[in-house]
Amino acid sequence: MNLADEFRSREVTAPLVAEIARSLEHPVRIMEVCGTHTMSIFRHGIRSLLPEGISLLSGPGCPVCVTPASHINTMLAAADLEQVTVATFGDLIRVPGCTRSLAGARAQGARVEIVYSPMDALDLAQREPARTVVFPAIGFETTVPTIAATILAADRMGIDNFVVIEANKTMPQALSALMSDPELKVDGLLCPGHVSAIIGSNAYRPLAERHGLACAVAGFEPADILAGLLSLIRQINAGEPGVENCYTRVVSAEGNARARNLIDQVFEPADSEWRGLGTIADSGLRLRERYRRFNGSSRLRLKVQPAQEPRGCRCGEILKGRMLPPDCPLYGKACTPLQPIGPCMVSNEGTCAAYFRYSGGGKERHAASD
Amino acid sequence: MDIFISLDHGSGGLASQKLIGDLFFKYLTSPQLRDLEDCAVLGEYAGRIALSTDSYVVDPLFFPGGDIGCLAVHGTINDLAMRGARPLALSLALIIEEGFSLRSLEEVIASVAAASEAAGVAVVTGDTKVVPKGKVDRLFINTSGIGLASHRYNISGKNAQPGDAVILSGTLADHGITIMSCQAGIDIGGNIASDTQPLHRLVGAVLENDAGAVHVLRDPTRGGLATSLCEIATSSRVDIVIEEDRLPIRPAVNSACELIGLDPLYLANEGKCIVVCDRDEAEEILQTMRHLPEGRDAALIGWVSEGRRAEGRVSLTTRIGGCRLLEPLTGQPLPRIC
Repeated sequence: MNLADEFRSREVTAPLVAEIARSLEHPVRIMEVCGTHTMSIFRHGIRSLLPEGISLLSGPGCPVCVTPASHINTMLAAADLEQVTVATFGDLIRVPGCTRSLAGARAQGARVEIVYSPMDALDLAQREPARTVVFPAIGFETTVPTIAATILAADRMGIDNFVVIEANKTMPQALSALMSDPELKVDGLLCPGHVSAIIGSNAYRPLAERHGLACAVAGFEPADILAGLLSLIRQINAGEPGVENCYTRVVSAEGNARARNLIDQVFEPADSEWRGLGTIADSGLRLRERYRRFNGSSRLRLKVQPAQEPRGCRCGEILKGRMLPPDCPLYGKACTPLQPIGPCMVSNEGTCAAYFRYSGGGKERHAASD
Repeated sequence: MDIFISLDHGSGGLASQKLIGDLFFKYLTSPQLRDLEDCAVLGEYAGRIALSTDSYVVDPLFFPGGDIGCLAVHGTINDLAMRGARPLALSLALIIEEGFSLRSLEEVIASVAAASEAAGVAVVTGDTKVVPKGKVDRLFINTSGIGLASHRYNISGKNAQPGDAVILSGTLADHGITIMSCQAGIDIGGNIASDTQPLHRLVGAVLENDAGAVHVLRDPTRGGLATSLCEIATSSRVDIVIEEDRLPIRPAVNSACELIGLDPLYLANEGKCIVVCDRDEAEEILQTMRHLPEGRDAALIGWVSEGRRAEGRVSLTTRIGGCRLLEPLTGQPLPRIC
């Protein structure tokens, strides 16, 4: 039996499910911050095992979902240039900008390649020196260290035809901004496992202290998620919200200092626009002066048109956990995974896509019965 | 030194004839093909004629476990087999990009011939076109196949009935994960290879023993098991429940899916079939399948029940006992980024 098997076996999960049911004293609202949590909850049918009193809301932890249309427009502007290849993570390719997506641009003749790591994009730049390879740098603290390492490698190797579109984001500032919203009613946060491996579980202490929020850092296997939920319910019951690390096999209190140094070496904090949430101070990253020549927007002189959110789209409300996907007027009708309007429908990890895929195509509120 | 295909090879003139004579006939030996007539005329057959066609554009052309050549033979044979038809003959049409290596073409044709001979289904007619560089990606193949379907049974995606058992003939996602990892340039190691293989003998054996008990046959190719089951549920207006615990899947495939972020339920298979059959005959059918090499990992994976809504739906009982609805695949199976 390997590790994943152990965390997916019914012998391990059934007692946790029973304990959650026993422990729940009153209805609670819990936000799972990370898109991978959302996917895992659906994929393993975890909602169907939980008592009705637990409402799970999906937070802003899908990097594709929070990338605003204006950033997509910038990437499209790059893709339209002669001798430019946009090398991107696959999730981003169908995200609509104002008029089309990168997939649409590719169909019209632009060079758009899917890569699995920023290093692949750098390889592409080396193989095709006559073209400029543009890598859309999206993702949170988990993804940024590899992007930083790639930029350092490009710098070391003196590769000039590799640039990035700055769109990285950082989690704690966004969560803090979100939790300051008086309309948001959340009792506990299921904190992201991967991001926490970098930033450390202590990074959530201010949230627990300032906003009275129960926090539990959890991994992505069913047993991890159930253990995280149980920890949150116990903290909420006891009225003593704090930060419990339920993912100690990966996450430490301090996190990964080396990875953070890597980020810090290449990037500095900057204000950043989040789809649906607006601009949040210091919640993004921009290249430091020393590496600014890797900035695709300035190198290619890309003009960014300000973008409006699509009409009727409630992705912002959904990202804030104020609304469930079936409450959006576009969900399952105008907006489906085949023809997504809002970003939450596009990414595999988007809340709407996950609801649509795992709860019957939006035909019923099955998974949203909470 | 390698020689490259030029536009002349597709012109119908001398170069074409030389290509056909020197290369194609070296491997493809059917007398009808060698007659070089405009079409093949087959013998007389009593029964219903089944006809299927499929185009193959797989990238890469050569992958662990197979190549575009044997895939083009197996895929069309399997489409015939999924209606219970016995495959009789195949056509082979090639669209080749100018500059394609003759050596690679020879490898592909040798693979077509070997697969066709092993399956006992001859290539009886063919066509070759060459298009200018950049107009296709190296090599595309179309094969059509005709087969004979017995009057004794009626196999269709519309025939699943409440109470039926759902059997899968072997391990899941081998082809899909092999291709995806090749495309991603990820060497996942282990014994991962495409499962491309013909299924007509397996289907023949099952139908010979239990003709009336088999209601639906479907090969879960593009879109994977989940999408094929959704098609059956929709066509037959039934619900289908499968159990995650029962799904045969190689550990190496599972790990690779986890690594790249893909769901094995949605990845292509090229040598597996779903058998929906009478529950009382399920065990016997399973034993028949397991006695053949192409069905040795066959498993009962779930059940059909009364459709609670017009369109029918498919759900998965997860290993932890949860319930997850399965939807058809939308778009490409994109890998996740974190």
